[in-house]
Amino acid sequence: MTAILVYSEQADTALELVSAARELAPQLDLTVSAAVLGTDAAAAAAALAAHGAAPVYVCNEPALEGLDTAVVAQALAYIVEQAGASVVLLGSTRRGRELGGRLAQRLAAGCVTDAVSLAVEDGLLVAGRYNLGGATVQAEAITTPVQVVAVMPKIFEVGEPAAAAGGDAVVAVSPGLAAPAVKVVDRRPKEGQAVDLAAAARIVGVGRGLAKRDDLSLGEGLAAALGAELACTKSLADFGWMADDRIVGLSGAKTAPEMYLAVGISGQVQHTVGIAQARIIAVVNQDKDAPIFALADYGVVGDLYQLVPALVERLKSL
Amino acid sequence: MDIAVCVKTNPDLQLMRIKDRVPVLEAVPFKMGDLEKNALEAALGLRDAAGQGRIVVVAVSQGDRKIRETMKEALAIGADEAVLVGDPALDDTDQAGVALALARALEKAGPFELVLFGEGSTDGYSGQVPSRVAELLGLPEIGYARSLAVAGAVLRAERSMGENVETLETALPAAATLVSEINEPRIPTLMNIMKAGKKPVVELTLADLALDAAAVAPRRAVRSNLAEEQSRKHVLFDGDPAAQADALVNALVAEGVLGR
Repeated sequence: MTAILVYSEQADTALELVSAARELAPQLDLTVSAAVLGTDAAAAAAALAAHGAAPVYVCNEPALEGLDTAVVAQALAYIVEQAGASVVLLGSTRRGRELGGRLAQRLAAGCVTDAVSLAVEDGLLVAGRYNLGGATVQAEAITTPVQVVAVMPKIFEVGEPAAAAGGDAVVAVSPGLAAPAVKVVDRRPKEGQAVDLAAAARIVGVGRGLAKRDDLSLGEGLAAALGAELACTKSLADFGWMADDRIVGLSGAKTAPEMYLAVGISGQVQHTVGIAQARIIAVVNQDKDAPIFALADYGVVGDLYQLVPALVERLKSL
Repeated sequence: MDIAVCVKTNPDLQLMRIKDRVPVLEAVPFKMGDLEKNALEAALGLRDAAGQGRIVVVAVSQGDRKIRETMKEALAIGADEAVLVGDPALDDTDQAGVALALARALEKAGPFELVLFGEGSTDGYSGQVPSRVAELLGLPEIGYARSLAVAGAVLRAERSMGENVETLETALPAAATLVSEINEPRIPTLMNIMKAGKKPVVELTLADLALDAAAVAPRRAVRSNLAEEQSRKHVLFDGDPAAQADALVNALVAEGVLGR
């Protein structure tokens, strides 16, 4: 066992994982290699090699068209053996999470999906992942000889290009893959319309501090003045005041905006799991003891029916 | 069409509290996973469309997680039989051990043309178990289905993957995981709740499945499970509403999150 093997079908994520692997490799006394599967592999392989993966294993057998999980797992299991890999880092996209379990089962390996941190403790790879709906982070050490970890995209940054490895930087492999049992019969772009709170830069969240449905107009006005998306707690969606895709928290979006402004939200953990990654959290609430203030960078205690219009008025002069 | 639905119980996270970063789960009731209800609903729809077949719910019992109540609930919703694997060695196992026990139980109770799962459990959401079971049973798998239909011996599914919507087909037998958009789970009627008590519940041990404690030993060790520490600035602004609004907006501008 001499290597960390990196694979993601997303080129950016694969580069992030190479930089994560380069940090871990010295602590585990391993080298960093990578795999690229499917057509158009050459450019991706070159980018991975330039960022320090050596060698990069490339497989473009026709069976990989459509990236059926069982076929991808077969290809990676072959490459793991070729590379002598003891650690496999995958991107925890939908495909990567599904792949993690299947590959780990093939390799008799322990597995962690949706990892948000990686560390080496007592010589073991320890991955952190959200648990209990996001309320906690569980640190899990994998105790099998081979370890499979699917890492969330955008946790690690793409590193600087490394010195060229030279020699056999790219290795073509032909495992002789089985034909995919799952066929992609159609693939079309998603029709856009739903709000994507996970990608929003500014969010105004409203909760049960609003007394009636008509008062949503206060939140809408404030969101418009801030150039923000309007979001809500599950309660307001349960009342039917707002659509489910506006929920932040356990039952809805996990957001990471530059700014989250919580208006009339008490701050139960079921909501705050969705805002913990915000860079700045601002709070408007009339109860100075509300748990939401524990998360506040900036807060005002007062009546939202006075404070929201005052904020809108002040924002006009920006 | 014979369909298996794999289910799990989870603490009701809506009733959980965090105290000093530690999740407080004492006195929090366990309940059937939300997505497993979607899976059961999908199974009922597919069986009705096929006009025949049985639906079996399969679960691994772990500690005092109220799995028997959930099996009863699943039978009341419409499953025909329940299969429950229980053994002290399973209490501390992980996804690999659960998947192995499920796979063996599915072989024993089957054959099934379709094995359904939620895309993840309500509490841990690792999504590992369905893929591990599919690999163990050598089944093709379709993840994250938001619609499912069977025509002859072919399963057709639609799913959302990043920027795209995909339509997939595979031959039965197959495994699939579902997302919550797929349907609205039904609520059991009083009549069906009463009938559920008469439906068969098969209880199996690891020995019944030719497994032992070593086979389900966990492959990972949990080091800690705590709420994240939040380092926030905790600056409060006093004054009348206009003064408070002014100070808050100034602070947000200074942070660079607002402004021209």
